[in-house]
Amino acid sequence: MTIVEEPAAPIAIPTRDEATIARRERIRLLFRSPAFVLGIVILGFWVVCAIFGTLIAPQNPQADDILNKLASPSADHLFGTDRLGRDVLSRVIVGAREILIMAPVATLLGTLLGTALGLVTGYYRGLVDEVVMRIVDALLSVPVIIVALLAITAVGPSRRTLILVIGIVFGMIIAKTVRAAVLSERELDYVQAARLRNERSPYIMFAEILPNVMGPVVVEFTVRLGYAIFTIATLAFLGFGADPSIPDWGTDISESYQFISAGVWWAVLFPALAIATLIVGINLIADAIAQTFER
Amino acid sequence: MTTEPALQLQDLEVVYRVRGVDRPVLRGLSLTVDKGGSYGLVGESGCGKTTAAFTVMRYLPRNGRVVSGSVHADGADLLAMGEAEVRRLRASTVSMVYQNPGAALNPSIRVGTQIAEVFELMGIAKNEAYDRAREMLRKVQLSDPAGGMRRYPHQLSGGGQQRVVIAMALASDPTLLILDEPTTGLDATVEAEVLDLVAALRAEFGTSVLFISHNLAVIRRMCERVGVLYAGRLVEEGDADTVFAEPRHPYTVGLLRCIPRGGLRKDRDRLDTIPGYLPQLGAPLPGCVFADRCGLVQEVCRTDEPPFHHVGGGHFSRCHFHDRAAELPRATSATPVPALAEAGAPSVVRLGNASKTYAHEGSAVRALVAVDLAIGPGETLGLVGESGSGKSTLARVLLGLTAPDTGSTVELAGEPLAPRIVRRSGDQVRALQTVFQNPDSALNRRASVRRIIGRALTKLVGVRGEQREQRLREIASSVRFDERLLSVRPVQLSGGLKQRVAIGRAFAGEPRVVVCDEPTSALDVSVQAAILNLLADLQADEGVTYLFISHDLGVVRYLSDRIAVLYLGRLMELGTAETVFNPPHHPYTEALLSAVPTVEGEERPRIRLEGEIPSASDPPSGCVFHTRCPRFLGSICVEQEPPLAEVEPGHFIRCHIPVGELRHLQAEPPKPRAFQSKTTS
Repeated sequence: MTIVEEPAAPIAIPTRDEATIARRERIRLLFRSPAFVLGIVILGFWVVCAIFGTLIAPQNPQADDILNKLASPSADHLFGTDRLGRDVLSRVIVGAREILIMAPVATLLGTLLGTALGLVTGYYRGLVDEVVMRIVDALLSVPVIIVALLAITAVGPSRRTLILVIGIVFGMIIAKTVRAAVLSERELDYVQAARLRNERSPYIMFAEILPNVMGPVVVEFTVRLGYAIFTIATLAFLGFGADPSIPDWGTDISESYQFISAGVWWAVLFPALAIATLIVGINLIADAIAQTFER
Repeated sequence: MTTEPALQLQDLEVVYRVRGVDRPVLRGLSLTVDKGGSYGLVGESGCGKTTAAFTVMRYLPRNGRVVSGSVHADGADLLAMGEAEVRRLRASTVSMVYQNPGAALNPSIRVGTQIAEVFELMGIAKNEAYDRAREMLRKVQLSDPAGGMRRYPHQLSGGGQQRVVIAMALASDPTLLILDEPTTGLDATVEAEVLDLVAALRAEFGTSVLFISHNLAVIRRMCERVGVLYAGRLVEEGDADTVFAEPRHPYTVGLLRCIPRGGLRKDRDRLDTIPGYLPQLGAPLPGCVFADRCGLVQEVCRTDEPPFHHVGGGHFSRCHFHDRAAELPRATSATPVPALAEAGAPSVVRLGNASKTYAHEGSAVRALVAVDLAIGPGETLGLVGESGSGKSTLARVLLGLTAPDTGSTVELAGEPLAPRIVRRSGDQVRALQTVFQNPDSALNRRASVRRIIGRALTKLVGVRGEQREQRLREIASSVRFDERLLSVRPVQLSGGLKQRVAIGRAFAGEPRVVVCDEPTSALDVSVQAAILNLLADLQADEGVTYLFISHDLGVVRYLSDRIAVLYLGRLMELGTAETVFNPPHHPYTEALLSAVPTVEGEERPRIRLEGEIPSASDPPSGCVFHTRCPRFLGSICVEQEPPLAEVEPGHFIRCHIPVGELRHLQAEPPKPRAFQSKTTS
């Protein structure tokens, strides 16, 4: 080079990859939000229950005690007993496991499916987009509970059925969100720049565009997780739980709610509170995460 | 009338609180806009221009605070006012026009209603308010004011929207009008019309104007007084003519030298730049704010804040060595690059009969119509025209991103190219690359610079590992990008550095042709100068061919060997840069040239283009330019499309007027159009 010119000086030489710093900053901000911390505490509590439930539970959640059925809360049974005399506290603790396995797996499936579908439809547009989106619209016009009931009636209740049904339906919803994000992203010139170096479409979708739409994907995952818990609990309440023999909040409510009129509130209230706190906890986390992405 | 100035800022200190620390943005800013006067505030982005405007409007963001100083508008102390008084002030005394008219208008309310609202707020009855609004639209020369009243903002062009915003701002008959970059983002022809309008309205209403712009030529044209802002401090102030003719601060001198103005050419004059960067927000600046970037810096500059020297005739300079400002040494070598283009060399790339028709809402939009164009090795072809003239479509057809209509041909070194990039061979893809207009959009913000350029090397050249890393460092050094920055992501880089990365990526595969689509329009002038120098150097080193698209005619003239003028997708004129810029030229070129303000402030006859660029889905009959042509001949223009005729060797013009006649005509400005054209609305 014959021309002497001052090289473009950096603004500041960064010591570490600034992206890592940005990510840490985001996490730091999250933990400074009281709502997020509260959500983590609640979720953490239920995760501990799900993992170590049988160790923590004061009694065997499956043990019948016909003599002590529908006993009100006491020192022996802090949350009382249900119609078979089982300890409600132990059932609430152990019941966390079922829902905390199914809901995240179903939501994860939905997120993977929805992200892939959203990327493909948003990137290709045109006929692919029209066809897939009309199918999605048709599917979403029916409430998720009805779709799930139909599927379960057809193939019988099982974990796999429930996870698949919820995963697919949520995948459709997530696909719409991701597609909207991809639509604005694909108009940016870096997509053209990738085409100008002969990149294949899958690379452009998954290596170029996907990292830029991770914000909405993460937010959708956390929001949908709350809905998945609600849906699974609702199905169990309606008698479509995966396995009636396993302690489950929704199933327990459904078995006990007929006794409310007889003054037996504890067998319904405590599992219901469990569902409520878990969903509130997850939504607190979801909101906090959504806010950090909005900054 | 009182003798109070329309606006007076006194020792204004404004800080922004960032991460718990107050960072000064305006450092003791004092300026006065006289009653009926016009004051231009210039400076590069980040100097505090908009902050000054927002302080006057009391629109500072929540983390902004006035530390000391005062703001008086029409004698009233603005900073002492309560919320209600401030609202009244905004409704009656001070109005502001923002940069982006699209964002300043409510998209869901009809234009007429939005303007009438201003009158209703002043207590005028609804019916009369609508009449006054229509009158306002007529005053801002919106074509078809009655029809315009019923339109929504998105149904107007950018220029039309800005007229509406100006109409709203003037509706309250303010004492002071603040214009913050009102023409940035508009075409030169539209910009000229908006500026004419502001000047005419100022004369009619007697409004005082604070005009904020990074464009020195615009300020030169619009303002009597000018203040140059740097790092929140006024470094020079004076009458516009004096400041631009005899700048007395090194920053002003540097800025003026960065501009590729009147007749500068890459092979004769190398642009100067301003080295370094604007100090970081809130950095301690004990001495002169410009010391770190100044070629005349002495020890005293770093320690002592220079006073605002009066250098005569109301001209002030905040420089210890203001008398030597003109001797500012060049920051770059003055040696220009040699010209590479040879006349008659076989073309590298050629478009034959290139057309592109888009289907839009049932009608055919002809974005590009039968364009024949060839560019030689090492040549730069400048492509100019208003937005919507087909410049970008032409570039996309060349690159294979948009398939042209059948019958069009694209050739690379004599070999036909497939219309779509996916059907082109690896070598062909590699040969044609581009630098996009906006690096924020063109660089993936989740990828590091290393990956952005490295991936291009892998895909286009096929190098990997250590070899790739070595090429990467070579490219970084050739675009003068610090290799220590290779691992960062684009967000951390300044606009100029981002554009260097984009240029590095385009050059990674040793291309033969690089399409530069407005590569400097998002950059400040000093950065623009450095990028233009870089592009010229790279061309000299690599012998690459450029297709250079820009709406800035000064930039196009500086860099281009030949220039092509597009209008509604048709080639109107083609010739060497000098022949296109000098008469005789096509009446459209003539109008484009006359629209551009210059820093020299020379008075050129303004040739007004009537109306807006017609729709490409319904182009005018005959010569497509006849509806706006300042040299309209008569029925022949309406009935027959003129051929693109070679009027001199290598100079083509598409016009019915014989070239001798054009030469004769263009010695003096045209007379106003006498006939009523059919598509003025």
